[in-house]
Amino acid sequence: MDEKVAIIEALVFASEAPLTTDKITEILPGTDRKGTASLLGELVREYEQRGGGIYLAEVAGGFQFRTRTEMAPWIRKLKAARPAMLSPAAMETLAVIAYRQPLVKSEIDRIRGVDVSGALKGLLEKKLVRIVGRKDVPGKPIIYGTTRKFLEVFNLKDLSELPTLRELKDLQTAS
Amino acid sequence: MSYEIKLDIFEGPLDLLLYLIRKNEIDITNIPIALITAQYLEYLEMMRSLNLDLAGEYLVLAATLVHIKSKMLLPPVEGELEEEEGEDPRAELVQQLLEYQAFKEAALSLDRRPLLDRDLFTRGAPEEALSAEEGGEPEALIEVGVFELVAAFRRIVAGLERPEEMEIDAEKISLADRINEILVRLEEEKQLTFEELIGERRERRRIIYTFLAILELMKLRMVRAYQSGPFGAIRIFPAVEEE
Repeated sequence: MDEKVAIIEALVFASEAPLTTDKITEILPGTDRKGTASLLGELVREYEQRGGGIYLAEVAGGFQFRTRTEMAPWIRKLKAARPAMLSPAAMETLAVIAYRQPLVKSEIDRIRGVDVSGALKGLLEKKLVRIVGRKDVPGKPIIYGTTRKFLEVFNLKDLSELPTLRELKDLQTAS
Repeated sequence: MSYEIKLDIFEGPLDLLLYLIRKNEIDITNIPIALITAQYLEYLEMMRSLNLDLAGEYLVLAATLVHIKSKMLLPPVEGELEEEEGEDPRAELVQQLLEYQAFKEAALSLDRRPLLDRDLFTRGAPEEALSAEEGGEPEALIEVGVFELVAAFRRIVAGLERPEEMEIDAEKISLADRINEILVRLEEEKQLTFEELIGERRERRRIIYTFLAILELMKLRMVRAYQSGPFGAIRIFPAVEEE
């Protein structure tokens, strides 16, 4: 293994949060962003070919080792505790925020046709959603958006990786 | 004695309407409004007879449905503007339903993704359970409301040295920033006193923004404030979701 690839492997392993290409470039002497990216690509492929229990995931703007989904049943036995799941109401609220952010609560209420206070509170507490600011209209309503943790939890590189809203697209072209 | 059960089968009135449309195998863009309204009202009646807690939104949609139905029954008024003739009274509702349906599907597709701590895991991290109470009762804490907070606020403001130096706004703070800052600090420290949150720099502006941020967070039920006794230090805790 290339020594630099080995260093990157160690860095990603030791990092608590997904490690960004920029951070690695900063640490590794004599590399530029492009060079780091290609070394990371090499590492990703190596784990792919190895076909082990973990892989190098590109998530929330960085890189992180994650277990393969096939391993989930065994790890759940190890962890014993049931994972905290989101209720359908929370999922719907989160979906609206993810696709329409930044937006105010009244807009979420309108789309879901119900008062989303409870679901919104839960999402804020779980740090999947955050307060982005306040809208400059009377009452200065709070504007919400998703967090980096949202990307981490949903295994997304960035927001552009969200699957497109099929129905809405059709609707817009139709009208 | 009457009791209420929260109905979780439907995520709201739009969800119920979508369910009825699917059940009747109806084209969403061409809803037979009389049929759907009748079925919708039947459901509401059933839910009410079961003593289920009906959210007001269900009734609002019922009113909308009845309103659309009546509009469709009325013959177009002669003198009415020509352009308005083509307007389908259902159009707005259809638009709303399609939009809701799209997000409902988006929610499902989000849920189908491999999720962290459900389908895939990172290297062993310290258990979240650490934050649970570590035995023993430190001191009986009473949850405080806005009034105690205001009293604490006044004490701090009163403690400010009178001749306040001319303040130049070197530091521009916004409420949103302050809210986020407080949340981050609370996450790290688990609990903080009001004084600690204000910090060293006791500028009037900073105190006021901190106070407003805490009030906002209490309103959103994201933090709780407790006090060990009258005039004791007020401690702010991140609110834990009870389910």
